[in-house]
Amino acid sequence: MSDLAATPVTAAAIAAGVRDGSVKAVDVMEAHLARIAQREDEIHAFNLVLADEARAAAAAIDAAVAAGRDPGPLAGVPVALKDNMCTRGVPTTCSSKILAGWKPPYDATVVTKLAAAGAIAVGKTNLDEFAMGSSTENSAFGPTRNPLDISRVPGGSSGGSAAAVAAGFSAVSIGSDTGGSIRQPAALCGVVGVKPTYGYVSRYGLIAFASSLDQIGPFTTTVHDAALMLDVIGGHDPMDSTSIPAAQPSLVASLDRGVEGLRVGRITDLPDGADPDVLERLEAAFDALREAGATIVDVQVPAFANALTAYYLIAPAEASSNLARFDGVRFGLRVDAPDTNAMYSATRAAGFGPEVKRRIMLGTYALSAGYYDAYYGRALKVRRLIHDEFARAYQRAEVLLTPTSPTVAFPFGSKGDNPLAMYLCDLYTIPSNLAGHPGMSVPFGTGADGLPVGIQVLAGTLDEPTMFRVGAALERAAAHEGSAR
Amino acid sequence: MAVSDRITTADVVKVATLARLDLTPDETERLTAELDGMLEHFADMDALDLTHVQPMTQPYPLRNVFRADVVQPGLDRDEVLAAAPVAEDGRFRVPPIIGLDS
Repeated sequence: MSDLAATPVTAAAIAAGVRDGSVKAVDVMEAHLARIAQREDEIHAFNLVLADEARAAAAAIDAAVAAGRDPGPLAGVPVALKDNMCTRGVPTTCSSKILAGWKPPYDATVVTKLAAAGAIAVGKTNLDEFAMGSSTENSAFGPTRNPLDISRVPGGSSGGSAAAVAAGFSAVSIGSDTGGSIRQPAALCGVVGVKPTYGYVSRYGLIAFASSLDQIGPFTTTVHDAALMLDVIGGHDPMDSTSIPAAQPSLVASLDRGVEGLRVGRITDLPDGADPDVLERLEAAFDALREAGATIVDVQVPAFANALTAYYLIAPAEASSNLARFDGVRFGLRVDAPDTNAMYSATRAAGFGPEVKRRIMLGTYALSAGYYDAYYGRALKVRRLIHDEFARAYQRAEVLLTPTSPTVAFPFGSKGDNPLAMYLCDLYTIPSNLAGHPGMSVPFGTGADGLPVGIQVLAGTLDEPTMFRVGAALERAAAHEGSAR
Repeated sequence: MAVSDRITTADVVKVATLARLDLTPDETERLTAELDGMLEHFADMDALDLTHVQPMTQPYPLRNVFRADVVQPGLDRDEVLAAAPVAEDGRFRVPPIIGLDS
């Protein structure tokens, strides 16, 4: 075990070691599988662990290195995949009973790209059913627990992916973010999480929740690893018609450029709701960037206050349409009935959990005759306001800082039965999905009960390079603060 | 349970039919109250003047995204059908669509 405990932690160090032969991919994999064996029972990060497949893939990477072949930029890096990414021949459930046992006939583009880069899938991670939730409490297969405090949620919906990285089950993981589902669990589990610009990463093979909002991104322990991951999974894909056909500069190359001369925006009309311990860390983040040479400027984004409303009309509306495909015909569950309409309705009643039903109902209502203009139509106009106001803010400041989550990780069951209480978890992350802008959460010290606080860095369309410069500066400041303590 | 002027159980029953979703009476009642609470929250939009605002349906406008008109391999038919609840003779099998008294 002493050998295994000594294997590198970050994706960058693992890949560098495996590539130059100083580290064996099989040892790295055994170290991660040992941690899974030790703690997965209490954490439940995974719906499925692919131990045998991962061991075989690690041996193949070592063989490639020994034979002098290039094993790829992520050689031997254990990666966990959110269980809404299609994996050919490997069950993909969206943590829903309606897809239990389904084996997709193709791989998602991110899955293909990661494998081609030498990364190794260790398993499929738990999520709120169909990515609808902020705690993984909506999973049909039971919640994931926060590795830092198992009485608390890991956040969601990508809670399993965040917990896998925080627990050392995988070096990195992949999530999807429709309203904060990467950034919020990253904040609650003390890891880095990135939602890139809409269209930056191909969505082909990501089972859709809300197609105009969904975006895939990484969870990592360092900002550098997140850049490395996006450099691998980003890029145009002809299989996704919303994929941006533009060249993407290397994000790894932007990391060391510092923040001297950058303008960092403080949103003076940020909606209320964050706890004092979280706001204290936000102030510390502004101070740290000022000390690193950035200028703090005030910006206003009045429509931020209406973002939650626009989101909780648009996302359910799109979901009600996307989830129409789960009808008992082509995949997953079927409940038999004498005619197709009765079969659809019975299958969907048995297969979907309460939160998914709630959103399908809300979305169908918002799109139905007589209410379309008042709800969905108005929400689309609010979306435009939010986009335009943020775009103006990025002319005054290259990046904006907010809390990622209003609170640190909260105890199971603490949001009670009121769906709106859970929806408020996404208060600060939602606007960048509506606008299509990138956002990332970087761990920045601790708040209440010694639990991690994430600071959210927001930037304009395709300005990931600047966002990562600021993320790296916050990471350096947090490390400096930690070592000074 | 208070019946609001925003949404009634009859509305919820109608929407559930549109959504092809069987609901129990308990679910119908609970969803009526929950949707009512949400619609009340959404009233914050009412204060905005949106008269001259264009709706936004997608964040990164791309137009007419077509691939070259060249035959590409598709998914494997047997693999796709193997994942279906019921398949027969190379097709998905479903219950009758028409012809029943309903």
